[in-house]
Amino acid sequence: MPLTRRNFLKVSGLIVGSAYFKKKSSTVLSARDFDDLRIEYGEETTSICPFCSVGCGLICHIQEGELINIEGDPDHPINEGTLCSKGSSLINLVKIYDQEGEGRPNPNRVTKVFYREPYGERWQVKDWDWALEKIAEKIKNTRDRTFEETDEEGTTVNRTTSIAHLGSAMVNNEENYIFHKLVRALGLVNIDHCARL
Amino acid sequence: MTNHWIDYQNSDVFINIGLNTAENHPVSMKWIEKAQEENDAKLVCVDPRYTRTAAVSDLYVPMRPGTNIAFLAGLINYVLENKKYNEDYIKNFTNASYLIDPEFDFADGMFSGAQKVNNRVAYDKKSWAYQQDEEGDILKDESLEDPNCVFQLMKKHYSRYDINTVCNITGSPEDKYEELCQLYAETGAPEKAGNIMYAMGITQFTHGSQNVRSIAMLQLLLGNMGIAGGGVNAQRGQSNVQGACDTGMLFHLIPGYMGVPRAELHPTLADYLDVETPETGYWENKPSFFVSLLKAFYGENATEDNDFCYDYLPKMDDKDRSHIGIFNEMKEGNIEGLISWADNPAVSGPSAGDQRQDLGNLDWLVAVDIFETETASFWKEPGVDSKEIKTEVFLLPAAMHLERAGSITNSGRWIQWRHQSLNPPEDAKSDLWIADRIFKAVRNLYEEEEGVKPEPIVEMNWDYGEEPDPELVARELNGYHTEDKKLVADFTKLASDGSTAAGSWIYSGYFADKDDPATMSRLPEAEGIGSHHDWAYAWPLNRRIIYNRAGADAKGKPWNKNTPVIWWENGAWQKNDVPDFNASLPPEETANAPFIMLPEFQARLFAPGLAGGPFPEHYEPWESPIQNLISGTQFNPAIQEWYPEQRAKVGSKEYPYVATSYRVTEHYQTGMLTRNMPWLNEAMPDLFVEISPSLARKLNVESGEQVIVSSPRGEIEAAACVTPRLKPFAINNNDIEMVGIVWHWGYAGMSTGPVANDLSPAIGDPNTTIPEYKAFLCNIQKKGESK
Repeated sequence: MPLTRRNFLKVSGLIVGSAYFKKKSSTVLSARDFDDLRIEYGEETTSICPFCSVGCGLICHIQEGELINIEGDPDHPINEGTLCSKGSSLINLVKIYDQEGEGRPNPNRVTKVFYREPYGERWQVKDWDWALEKIAEKIKNTRDRTFEETDEEGTTVNRTTSIAHLGSAMVNNEENYIFHKLVRALGLVNIDHCARL
Repeated sequence: MTNHWIDYQNSDVFINIGLNTAENHPVSMKWIEKAQEENDAKLVCVDPRYTRTAAVSDLYVPMRPGTNIAFLAGLINYVLENKKYNEDYIKNFTNASYLIDPEFDFADGMFSGAQKVNNRVAYDKKSWAYQQDEEGDILKDESLEDPNCVFQLMKKHYSRYDINTVCNITGSPEDKYEELCQLYAETGAPEKAGNIMYAMGITQFTHGSQNVRSIAMLQLLLGNMGIAGGGVNAQRGQSNVQGACDTGMLFHLIPGYMGVPRAELHPTLADYLDVETPETGYWENKPSFFVSLLKAFYGENATEDNDFCYDYLPKMDDKDRSHIGIFNEMKEGNIEGLISWADNPAVSGPSAGDQRQDLGNLDWLVAVDIFETETASFWKEPGVDSKEIKTEVFLLPAAMHLERAGSITNSGRWIQWRHQSLNPPEDAKSDLWIADRIFKAVRNLYEEEEGVKPEPIVEMNWDYGEEPDPELVARELNGYHTEDKKLVADFTKLASDGSTAAGSWIYSGYFADKDDPATMSRLPEAEGIGSHHDWAYAWPLNRRIIYNRAGADAKGKPWNKNTPVIWWENGAWQKNDVPDFNASLPPEETANAPFIMLPEFQARLFAPGLAGGPFPEHYEPWESPIQNLISGTQFNPAIQEWYPEQRAKVGSKEYPYVATSYRVTEHYQTGMLTRNMPWLNEAMPDLFVEISPSLARKLNVESGEQVIVSSPRGEIEAAACVTPRLKPFAINNNDIEMVGIVWHWGYAGMSTGPVANDLSPAIGDPNTTIPEYKAFLCNIQKKGESK
């Protein structure tokens, strides 16, 4: 039988049942009590949940490059294997499921460069080389026209106030750090992100 | 957070104020519940509505939105009046004994030195200064009796906040409020740990900074700082909002919480170092951190002779360039281009409808995300004619968190590494790759063509490989010796002579061993107080509880012997954490100096640094249904009013209800992720607003019926949820009703709905410009009925 999600639920329901009988003498069950349910196939990697700031550990199971499961990391000292409703649904960012339990990639995921021309009514799909060249031209054009090397007092300021940048609480530290280098190199002073909000 | 999530297990009493931990940080509840179960700890929930956190609390105290300062001031007054403070603690560890200029005064909601500048109060802080002798030493009265000492001034200021006055303002039932005062004041006993947790229900006000100050003052009075189970614990809302601040993604900062160079104050490197470096306190090392940052930025091009390329760093002007300020500049047509990474201001910004219009003033917008956000698609908003919008928009496909590697920093400052688990689909790329390619594309143009001032770009130190490697960035962030590129062990090794480079000094140590970096470490603690030092790396210096010298008394005896952090025993410091002081010295020599980041080394109960006054004072929110009951100063006099015409008047008949906004556990922020996750949409399909049964009767609305909520900024339609979890507040013998608004929706994604922030005002705190999302005025009516 192919292991669709619905079958998997049937199978796992059975195992949860037997695990429960096995453990019923214990009043409080932990993730460790269900070790015998762990996925034994697929490669395991660890990650950290992208939602709130508790920093819960995740285990991802990958089979042939495809994500087949995400669950709380029982070794992680903060969440000890548990996740909230958002964390438990994380696989939905990658895959969604139909009523038969068949998964397919999340159709809303942006996987191509989208471009909207001035006064345009729809997205156009572009490639990276085109977009990077065009964006670099936009940045250089605005910067060159608006750059102030000195202010009214004659102080060296090397800035443009005509470009703004919003960094992110969703990207990694290393990424925010190079954003910072990027925007300071360009001379930006309009720099903020959603921590302000 | 001064402490961290697992340390919650060591608390005796929690005040959960201005947040809803059970719903928004659900997994952390296990540590609160552990303390409840194992230590008989008490959880107090203070919130305008009865939340899921309230449901598991030992005591619930309601409070009208926007009255946190009065609420906390009453607690401070209770502690002072009933002598519940830890006297040894405040004498040794705070500025309670310092004498303040006798000219310092306070009357009718204003502190001495108030001056009207551009329609707001900017204080001349001369009279807020410490008294000094001829040698410049601060005058003190260790008996705490001098009428000009901080302690007596504080007693005088807060004596106005008796329980009756406070509850008249906040609408809290007096018996519940007094029960809270008694319960929490008991944490002033040395062996008791009180923990105050907060989030946006404390910060998102025109007095948000002073709300946080109030919490800090209360914790200092009770001796709750530096101990296990104590602390001022800001529960951050996003997985790496801590790290984004640490790396300086804010207009007023550069990485490592150093101030941004400003044209007026810091024209040269010497000016910057002179103005920004205090004579005492740990920040006296700032030149080492700052020059190391310049070396990380400009590499071999940064030399002592050229001031380490200081001129290349853009210098800030005197405008407020925070979120509200940036969008105001956009409105004025002063900004041509915006680059936005996984940020969605079209939904999250204050007066979001206006801000979406501001986006149409841009010539170009680069948005980077994994889904199509409302910001990227602002020109597709229903009702908007895209043929009228000039903006050129690029939506770049990003990799999600599992598809790229790097570290994020949780609320407890733990920097945890995420390994790459998957490859991104199709053309999606990591943010690192995208930023690297944009930089290189711009640099190419400046190398190949003529351009204005190319040096800050072409001389930038930038080589992370053809396919950029996050570990190479991590090494730079950690810091290295410039001569041999060997990684520095920690920030004590950084120097101001150009011999070291470090991207953000507070991260030094997290990647000091490139083969086995601490940020990737996964060894749980076998025994101890829950610090888990070998699990990831916490900044600074892997310290889990900061200010931990204050966790023991002047002689080094731990306040609580069951959960000691650092303590003196058998002639040596014993450690459950990394000391936050010079542990090579015996206790007597650090007895008065636990707060090493301050030049005084002692914490400030009286703090002249903030814009609004040295003591927090209650003001009404910018929009309020009532006159301020404690002074004639209606709202924070130091705020900048951006759009005064958008303010509903005090006691407005048109907008008679208090609005507040909040989240549900099934969705996340602007919903750009969760509204594209079908399981979560099934669990929580639509935006709704909550009202009390009494307001529902007045409006003739039943649960599930559609209502229109309006403010001077806009209106939304939503389903009403009528619930006894909301009750009117009895304020000065009047009932004030509240409308609670869930705000995750917008017009993009799988689940769509109105943008709740179309209602909220673009007004902010004078120190931070964080918008006042949590208390403003609105009207609500049944759909189809006229006003």
